Amino acid sequence: MAEPLVFHFDVDGSDFTSAGQASVQIKKSLRQLGLPSEIIRRVSIAMYEGEINMVIHANGGVADVIVTEDCVEIILKDQGPGIENVEQAMQEGFSTATSTIHSLGFGAGMGLPNMKRYSDTMEIDTVVGVGTTITMKIFLNQ
Amino acid sequence: MKIIDVKELLNAEVLCGEDMLDEEVYSACGSDMMSDVLAYVKEQGLLLTGLVNPQVIRTAEMMDMVCIVFVRAKKPSEDMVRLAERAGIVLMSTETRMYEACGNLYVNGLNGKVVRRDG
Ligand SMILES: Nc1ncnc2c1ncn2[C@@H]1O[C@H](COP(=O)(O)OP(=O)(O)OP(=O)(O)O)[C@@H](O)[C@H]1O
Ligand SMILES: [Mg+2]
Repeated sequence: MAEPLVFHFDVDGSDFTSAGQASVQIKKSLRQLGLPSEIIRRVSIAMYEGEINMVIHANGGVADVIVTEDCVEIILKDQGPGIENVEQAMQEGFSTATSTIHSLGFGAGMGLPNMKRYSDTMEIDTVVGVGTTITMKIFLNQ
Repeated sequence: MKIIDVKELLNAEVLCGEDMLDEEVYSACGSDMMSDVLAYVKEQGLLLTGLVNPQVIRTAEMMDMVCIVFVRAKKPSEDMVRLAERAGIVLMSTETRMYEACGNLYVNGLNGKVVRRDG
């Protein structure tokens, strides 16, 4: 695998039902590439949490996944409201989710901390009123 | 415990994945919050839930779970059944409520104490 493999997805923000499709697709592709199942699971969970966040908090966005010989990089970019206080958002249990989101089974404030836990590095680049880009890396040889 | 034993203990109806009933599960998780399933589940192969939407299937798929039991007689939509078939996940529905369903499986040996062998 000399050339990096790049996967691109549009994440529809208007349809909760289809949220997570990109993550399902990535899981399949990584299986086909024969990556170790523990790596695949970490990528899947981290990306799925991020994808759900884009749908419920930011009206959708785009997801790019770049697979190189030693790393899976996930870049989630949206033009949603941005995150006012990243430190607070990173705390377990902090959530601005409405009761509608709770009734869908989400909004416990566990997603961002979970993304941090399952990735090796995570960067949040966010501007209120402009959008949020989250970049996560999961290294293959660790 | 085999998935078929789960079906029998809960008197559940299998909705898809009939051919996978001989697979083993070693522990389970009961929750209506997918956030918590994603955050706390490690090796649990079985999910019991009263929540019915496609994210239940995708959450289980992301966590490599093999079986979902809908409690309180909840039934998934046809779209959800199709998603589960594609993901290779057994779906079943039981009239039993969450507390009793979890307790029943637990006392009958689905308590995570038998550790999964690798491979
Ligand atoms: N892409 C985003 N755009 C804007 N705000 C976001 C974004 N992602 C997260 N947030 C904010 O950060 C908070 C915490 O996010 P986190 O994923 O940890 O929890 P949650 O999505 O509310 O609940 P859970 O992930 O447990 O279902 C959210 O409630 C929301 O206010
Ligand atoms: Mg979240």
